[in-house]
Amino acid sequence: MNPPDGDDWISVTEASLSAQRLTSWASRPDCGAVVTFCGTARNSSTNGRLIEALEYDTSVELAELRLGQVVAVARAKWPELVAVAIHHRVGLVNLGEPAVVIVVSSPHRQAAYDASRFCIDTVKSFVPMWKREVWEGGSAWSEEAQDLLRLEDL
Amino acid sequence: MARILLLGPARDAAGRRHDELPGRTVGEVLDAAVARYGTDFGAIVRVSQIWLNAEVVGVDEALGPHDEVVVLPPVSGG
Repeated sequence: MNPPDGDDWISVTEASLSAQRLTSWASRPDCGAVVTFCGTARNSSTNGRLIEALEYDTSVELAELRLGQVVAVARAKWPELVAVAIHHRVGLVNLGEPAVVIVVSSPHRQAAYDASRFCIDTVKSFVPMWKREVWEGGSAWSEEAQDLLRLEDL
Repeated sequence: MARILLLGPARDAAGRRHDELPGRTVGEVLDAAVARYGTDFGAIVRVSQIWLNAEVVGVDEALGPHDEVVVLPPVSGG
């Protein structure tokens, strides 16, 4: 997967994510802050089961469309942002692997921290994505689901 | 006939991701889907957001020949 020409990098992919690669891409001479967030597959769920893996389902086209809208809203809220990347896995994600990586760079840290937090919170409530928890002998959709927000809610 | 795309728990309840169903409006297509897939699917539709292609719509929205109705249950990404 090659970096885009512009400063937004959106991807929904079955391939492993590299936080290091995205962080390097977002590091620019005019940026004093690069904030990298990794949402990783953990072994416990809200119902106490020992999770062995997560499996994500989506429509790649619709998810990428909405990730692009997340970035656009973040840029409107924090105009000083320079590079913004949001990459999300689909399919099976093993424990410890990142299911989502968000990287935001800006001249100063406050905007980068705030925008990073906005992006992950918004990914969880605005992007069509469904997490299935897989354990020994079974699987079920995550009980942490949230009602899907509309663009005007952001 | 209209195309329908079923995602996440909606796909599981229907046993398929894509289908073609009769209906002139979004609501008619959803009614046909519930009749075909059953009450468990109907329960998911009641808590889902409905899109026409990539736009949030109401059930009265009329369908064009290439439109796709999308059923999006509560989400759990990240």
